[in-house]
Amino acid sequence: MSKKVLMKGNEAFSEAAIRGGCRYYFGYPITPQNEVPEYMSRELPKRGGYFIQAESEISAVNMAYGAGAAGGRVFITSSSPGIALMQEGFSFLCSAEVPTVILNVARGGPGIGTIQPSQADYFQATRGGGNGDYMIPVFAPSSIQEGVDLVYEAMELSDKWQNPIYILTDGILGQMMEPVVLPDQVPFVDSKDIRKHKPWAITGYGDDDSKKNVVKSLRLAAEELEKHIQSLFAKYEKAEKELVRVETIDIEDADVVIVAFGTMARIAKEAIELLAEQNIKAGLLRPISLRPFPYEAFNKISNRTKVIISAELSMGQMMQDVKLGVNNRFPIKLLNRTGGMIPTPLEIAERTKKIFEEIGG
Amino acid sequence: MKSKMFFAGLGGQGIMLMGQMVASAAIHEDKETTFLPSYGPEMRGGTANCTVIVSDKPISSPQISESDCVVAMTLPSMLKFEPTLKPGGILLINSSLIHQSAKRTDIDIFEVPASDLAAELGNSRVANMVMLGAFARTTNIVSSAELEKVIRETFGSKGDDLVQLNLKAFNLWNP
Amino acid sequence: MLQPVFEYTKGMNRVVTNFCPGCTHGLSHRLITETLDEMGMLGKTIGCGPIGCAVMAHKFMNVDMCECAHGRAPAVASGVKRVHPDNLVFTYQGDGDLASIGTAEIIHAAARGENITTFFVNNAIYGMTGGQMTPTTLVGQKATTAQAGRITDLAGFPMRVSELISTLDGAVYVERVALNSPGNVNKAKKAVQKAFDVQQKKLGFSFVEFVSTCPTNWGLSPIAAMDFLKEQMLPFYPLGVFKSPEGETK
Repeated sequence: MSKKVLMKGNEAFSEAAIRGGCRYYFGYPITPQNEVPEYMSRELPKRGGYFIQAESEISAVNMAYGAGAAGGRVFITSSSPGIALMQEGFSFLCSAEVPTVILNVARGGPGIGTIQPSQADYFQATRGGGNGDYMIPVFAPSSIQEGVDLVYEAMELSDKWQNPIYILTDGILGQMMEPVVLPDQVPFVDSKDIRKHKPWAITGYGDDDSKKNVVKSLRLAAEELEKHIQSLFAKYEKAEKELVRVETIDIEDADVVIVAFGTMARIAKEAIELLAEQNIKAGLLRPISLRPFPYEAFNKISNRTKVIISAELSMGQMMQDVKLGVNNRFPIKLLNRTGGMIPTPLEIAERTKKIFEEIGG
Repeated sequence: MKSKMFFAGLGGQGIMLMGQMVASAAIHEDKETTFLPSYGPEMRGGTANCTVIVSDKPISSPQISESDCVVAMTLPSMLKFEPTLKPGGILLINSSLIHQSAKRTDIDIFEVPASDLAAELGNSRVANMVMLGAFARTTNIVSSAELEKVIRETFGSKGDDLVQLNLKAFNLWNP
Repeated sequence: MLQPVFEYTKGMNRVVTNFCPGCTHGLSHRLITETLDEMGMLGKTIGCGPIGCAVMAHKFMNVDMCECAHGRAPAVASGVKRVHPDNLVFTYQGDGDLASIGTAEIIHAAARGENITTFFVNNAIYGMTGGQMTPTTLVGQKATTAQAGRITDLAGFPMRVSELISTLDGAVYVERVALNSPGNVNKAKKAVQKAFDVQQKKLGFSFVEFVSTCPTNWGLSPIAAMDFLKEQMLPFYPLGVFKSPEGETK
């Protein structure tokens, strides 16, 4: 473990990927994640890794697919519209069971939108725009340190579950600086040793062609494809226990429970302190994994709670999952800003108070 | 104790560097800190500002609605951020470029002719260091000694002349 | 004792292909894998397949392979090559895959001078989807999306990909060959050998275009398709070396 250093989110996430053993990075410029390809282009080659500036996000994800299928540890990043372009590739990665860690430093949309931070990629991340039956676990850090830890761990999880792992953050966490403690370096795996760790990888089978490997997603026979999808989903179910993550603060005894993730959760935490000064007891339920979503955590909310607030930087995309978690036990209200606008803690506190009073609390 | 501040001015004035140096000094003092830059398509010449929080406790929101200190290097940034100051807050203005007085009467205002002083040193680019010194000695949010260390770390790789120039600028103005 | 006159190559798996009678995919598959076998490189090669008729190339070619999204094989191969720089890495792509949807990937892989080899099977038609026009469909040639034949007012002009690739500094070996006669097939084999040799010497991007047939979607018998190749395709797609490390150019 190293000492605390002041780092910009994008650079800290890049360093965390390298320390997690990522040797291959493929990227394309888009704000607000440009510090990632810049950092990787500078750091990876001098540390024995490889960087390619791809001609598009479409190429970047396909380079990742190639390097991942060949057994390398891969990291790709982009921001919202760029992630949209990558999603065909995500579907292929899932079907072919190729590990890759994906980071979205999200910005406001739709369309080219704005470069300001947003959480309006919630559906894009958790439901996905790629075709077919697939699932990508999504983690949403709310501090740079948590982002560092999640990117680092995702390198391992992605290999373990042979599936992409997606980290959803936003322009604020990407651009801001905070003190972080960086984890230790996981050594890179030498190309000639890859088969020992990943017997499925395409590495060239050597002298024994009974060990020939194929990485593929085409299964023309419907019976075969159905079986494959069922095996993928059995895997997702098994992974769920390890992947579902949540932080809760005082939800067992709250007047109001605010559900928020990422940047919004940070702002909500301070709003909760402001509400306490006005004798409103607010709790926080912060999903760290957006998929699998921590539905069960909602069961800990006590019956004295009057209202659940879905606080998001989108038009209420997460609220659909909040509804499933709440399961009709409480009324749910949306407290949101969108299009790149960020509320202050005071704004969240005031709007929460208003909702609470309207509901008769 | 939690101090919230804005540094604001034009791109190219070293606004972000001031904020980062305060955050670095806070780490040296074992404090919690966040540095949040405004980011946009502007490069040189555009508006630039950053939010810095220094606290004894973990910091939740990096966004602030009110501030304890504002460092304004240009008139538009003074007009934008003066209203965010809490009563009793500190406003530092670069009086070389801001020829208008602040409106508030419930705050402490320090007029620092940072650009002129830097020009007298022979390098107008160190106006931000003049201002940083003024910030350190008027607010005491982080100590001058720690900021001097950060200056040595930041410019050390670029040669001792630059370190000395920046330290000189840092110590030029006193309240 | 009887002497065998023809044997299975170790490079091809002993399975029935999905290719139509008279299709030249089988030939190009064999030329590639036979060359790898002769080089002793079958176990040290990684192939990146297309979407199209050759999507199942991995069933037939006895090398480690992956399927790639439509047109993206050069990007995939670029990733593969970073992980295994000492292996031979190739893409195998048709004209819909490479010259239409995958134009960006092939151009940039060549421009980067990726040390990989691309085999481009140009039969001027989409095969697997049923005979639609591609960027290399000849003017006047019929397709299911150009039923009166390709009209330039509506569909523009066919692309000469080898010529295009050869303008890029990163491409060091570019040759167009045809699979319509024993002589041309022998020349094609030499081109495959040369391309892999260039890659093994780490000289840069190598590219071999096979002018090929699609009897089914051209609506011709296998023999008539060979005639069409010779009489219609070759005048527009001239054979030869467009670029080589020795400076040989057409």
